[in-house]
Amino acid sequence: MIKRMIYPGILLALFILFWELMVRQLEVPHYILPAPTRILRTLTLQQSVLLHHTLVTLEEIIVGFLLAFVVGVSLSFLMFQFPVLEQTFYPIVIGSQTIPVFAIAPLLVLWFGYGLPSKVVMAALIVFFPIVVNTLDGLKGADSDAVNLLRILRANRWQILWKVRVPSALPFIFSGCRIGISVSTIGAIIGEWVGSKEGLGYLMLHANAQLQISLIFASLIYLTILGVSLFYLIVLMERWVMPWKRFSEAR
Amino acid sequence: MTKRGASFPRNSKLSLRGIEKSFRQDGSSLAVLLDVTLFARPGEFVSILGPSGCGKSTLFNVVAGLVQRDGGIISIDNREVQSGLGNVAYMQQKDLLFPWRTLLQNVFLGPEISGGVHEEIQSEALELMTRVGLRGFEGNYPAELSMGMRQRAALVRTLLFHKDILLLDEPFGALDAMIRSVMQHLLLELWMDYRQTILLVTHDVEEALILSDRIYVLTARPATIKGEISVDIPRPRKVTDLSFVDLKRALLDMLQGEIERVFA
Repeated sequence: MIKRMIYPGILLALFILFWELMVRQLEVPHYILPAPTRILRTLTLQQSVLLHHTLVTLEEIIVGFLLAFVVGVSLSFLMFQFPVLEQTFYPIVIGSQTIPVFAIAPLLVLWFGYGLPSKVVMAALIVFFPIVVNTLDGLKGADSDAVNLLRILRANRWQILWKVRVPSALPFIFSGCRIGISVSTIGAIIGEWVGSKEGLGYLMLHANAQLQISLIFASLIYLTILGVSLFYLIVLMERWVMPWKRFSEAR
Repeated sequence: MTKRGASFPRNSKLSLRGIEKSFRQDGSSLAVLLDVTLFARPGEFVSILGPSGCGKSTLFNVVAGLVQRDGGIISIDNREVQSGLGNVAYMQQKDLLFPWRTLLQNVFLGPEISGGVHEEIQSEALELMTRVGLRGFEGNYPAELSMGMRQRAALVRTLLFHKDILLLDEPFGALDAMIRSVMQHLLLELWMDYRQTILLVTHDVEEALILSDRIYVLTARPATIKGEISVDIPRPRKVTDLSFVDLKRALLDMLQGEIERVFA
């Protein structure tokens, strides 16, 4: 893990050094491009402000993600169990993806207000799709011989679902979650841009208006850390829920 | 040696009469089982030998109740049944162990579905695991183990289905020769204790001869019974015994024409 970080780390350090030198050499004004040292100063001076807005965005993402997860997984199970529902909902789910969430963001703010709900809905809409598609694929992808093994034992459909289909869908559900959590920040930030009073997206917009460009960069750093941490949280949960998987991967 | 159409014994555990099955394929119909008639006495080890692709697995799927047959009668304990569904245990070449379960959890699959893993089952499972040499691996996941070990676990799971008819569909087909021979002995040993009725599908003449009381030879597709051989050689059998070699020759002769038909 640490070994793999060496080369990208060196590249990043060189890049930051180059950046610092160029800004100083060319005397670029800080409201166009602040030097890394200036961003670092903002990071320490504005720590509590940044933290506050990060927590707001975090809440939007988590609630939105959980909402999408619960609705998405339930819908996939229903679609799997009742083909009529799949025929009804699946084309709509796919079709709805052609509408960019950005395009309906103003409407969502109009309907759900400036607070948490509109951002939650925005994040949920964007997370929903990868979770539904992956979960449904996973449920369908169970080994038919394994299903038959249970049928021979006269297992009922719930036993087959619970003992074979759900466990074999788990890796798919988690890859849906990994994609979902990576894009969830987009939903939250767009929502904040369109209309909000708090959050990293709001902070960036606010800083931009006041030409506090180093604060934008500081927000971006917080946002990146937030996104990466959430991603690894999913990876950790995946390992915890599917302890067998590391053996399968070794093969 | 008797031809098909021979009379059935008064008590058979499992009997099939005139089983027919064809599959639709692009509008045309592909006959897989033409007329399969065979029986197994209680506690008998019967093998079904046939060229590859002759419909042996389809036959098992029909008997197990996974595939609807077009015609024919299946009887268990001399009573006509819809299919063997719920009455037979089935084991394939693929071990079909669930990767998300440890070995012990895997072998509990049958009891779990049919009513619960109580203490008796647990001690039986542990005893069987010991007998097949898997003691100490109960907590391991299938992916951590070799093919041979996984297939042994699959055998234990099959036994714990607690059915008195076992359908074994080339269960050792994916294993190398040495492990296969170990598995065959293990199977014989366990069968001598449990005395289930076993129907084994194989295309390996020696495997059929080492294991079975009786062997049916199937024709190439569409399958019917070409002939039947009783193996009256005391166990353990040696592949070098003269009587063994004689029977092997007879079986190979019977199969030869069918294999040619497959490649014709």
